[in-house]
Amino acid sequence: MTAVAHSAGLTQTHAEVTRDVVATLGPPSRGYLAALFGAVALFLVGLGTFVALLKDGLGLAGYSPPVMWSVYITTFVFWVGIGHAGTLISAILFLFRSPWRTAVYRSTEAMTVFAVMTAGLFPIIHIGRQWIFYWLLPYPNQRFLWPNFKSPLIWDVFAISTYLTVSTTFLVVGLVPDIAAVRDKVSGWRKKLYSVCSIGWTGADSQWRHYNRGYLYLAALATPLVLSVHSVVSWDFAMSIIPGWHGTIFAPYFVAGAIYSGIGMVLTLLIPLRRVLRIEHMITDYHFDNLAKLTLLTGSILFYAYAMEYFVAWYSGNTFEQMTFWRRAFGPMWWAGWTMIICNAFVSQLLWFRKIRTNLTSLFVISIFINIGMWFERYVIIVSSLSNDYLPYAWGQLNPTWADWGILAGSFGWFGMYFLLFARTFPIVAIQEIKEMIPMPRKKGGH
Amino acid sequence: MATHVPGVLGAFEHIDAATEAIRTLRDRGFGDLTVYSPAPNHELDEALDQPVSRVRLFTLLGGLTGVTAGFAMTIWMSLDWPLLVGGKPIAAIPPYVVIAFELTILIGSLSTVAGMVILSMMRSLRGRPYHPRFSDDRIGIFVPCDPGQADGVTSILTGAGSVEVSHDTA
Repeated sequence: MTAVAHSAGLTQTHAEVTRDVVATLGPPSRGYLAALFGAVALFLVGLGTFVALLKDGLGLAGYSPPVMWSVYITTFVFWVGIGHAGTLISAILFLFRSPWRTAVYRSTEAMTVFAVMTAGLFPIIHIGRQWIFYWLLPYPNQRFLWPNFKSPLIWDVFAISTYLTVSTTFLVVGLVPDIAAVRDKVSGWRKKLYSVCSIGWTGADSQWRHYNRGYLYLAALATPLVLSVHSVVSWDFAMSIIPGWHGTIFAPYFVAGAIYSGIGMVLTLLIPLRRVLRIEHMITDYHFDNLAKLTLLTGSILFYAYAMEYFVAWYSGNTFEQMTFWRRAFGPMWWAGWTMIICNAFVSQLLWFRKIRTNLTSLFVISIFINIGMWFERYVIIVSSLSNDYLPYAWGQLNPTWADWGILAGSFGWFGMYFLLFARTFPIVAIQEIKEMIPMPRKKGGH
Repeated sequence: MATHVPGVLGAFEHIDAATEAIRTLRDRGFGDLTVYSPAPNHELDEALDQPVSRVRLFTLLGGLTGVTAGFAMTIWMSLDWPLLVGGKPIAAIPPYVVIAFELTILIGSLSTVAGMVILSMMRSLRGRPYHPRFSDDRIGIFVPCDPGQADGVTSILTGAGSVEVSHDTA
């Protein structure tokens, strides 16, 4: 493991790892407080918009037939997608024994939980009568009516709620030994708080034995789950007969896009965060280089999927499909269509160059392009297909309103608020997993 | 007041010293050791030589419960209020695979966590000493023993290379 630890840029001892991670939980800097203030302000914008929606109804948003799925569903898919990179890094790379994941996995798993928490709000906002959202769940009601399990929308209820539960569980289980390490370093009321949260963890062999096995099985269960969740989200579209949606490539196309967008968000969050928390020596260029390579891989799969969508439209001979894709590139929403293609397919190809992959400024700029591009991908898929389906008589364009943008802005605030609070309250770098990679000293000298 | 377990606690800085101590103690018949470490370590696992955790049983049973519950719920609910949708069978298996799959993962994961907690609690650590450095950079070995055996245990621990030994046999 020595070679692995060194290649990951880890040169600290166990005591230094604890010290440096516990230091991130110290008094907050001004930059952090400013970011938190901004996030709360955005959240309040969203909350205000939501109150207006509760009072006056969905008419405030830009819904108009035939575009009855618009900005809220776009943003729902966007946030679910963000979550996928976290599970890829925390569970799939764990099963692959990829050593570089240890330094970044805690922050990405936290991102997953908060992104899915954000996503989960959108279907509820979108249904209009938000106070009866529980009708989606199968529960014994007065007339013994049950949900229609043949509907992809009900599959989605199960997929998203399972995903939220399992990723939260995975995050919390990983945190327990680290909270115990923090507990043993702090004093006063914080010691009491972390003592309660560490649920009696001492790192005894009888605990590690079950912990390691259980963690392995959680990772093994989370791996197929993450692939299934965005597949199910894609079937919300693909199971219908709307042109531009009804494609068999939708599941893998959406999963690759989700991971791509998620890593974009990981880069956007981690590049400033590691500086604010002074953990540059733990999350190094090596990690960003690997994240960039994953971005390149998934971005290239996405490039292929975009090309294949156009190819299938042409090759199928289906005029409705051909018309939809022609209009995506040259119709009234051409600007959105090209934003998606340029930001996702082309910008990701810059990552072939090592100099760009290891330059954090360029990576950060690229990550912003990815975030914008992936939001527009969902916007194009949802809105362009709905606005021009079969009969020209029924066509119509979407005009988003302040209520659409208010909720979108609020979702970033809601997400940012939780992520920032988490980063200051709990160890954002996995203490025990880093220690596992650093060999313990030997009395016979060396490692 | 927690019951107090008398014994000797040794702290180790070096992994090979700790494994040597564990092997020697086990050879001398001290089976009920508690070994604290800041991170899981394969060398400690090998020295302790314990059977594979039974967490896997919880995972398996949870997963099987989930898949059964998923199919049972969807099929029963469809038959309970039969509604013909799109000419498909009332209880159509392919769409229900999605629900059954999600419930397999959900209940499988939750029962895995329950297994981790229950199995860890079955081995009580109550009354056994602990030191905060065991979550930092030290390995701790606690050997329950009578006052008469304490000197022998201490010499095993220091002989292997323990950096600090404390008695608590009163």
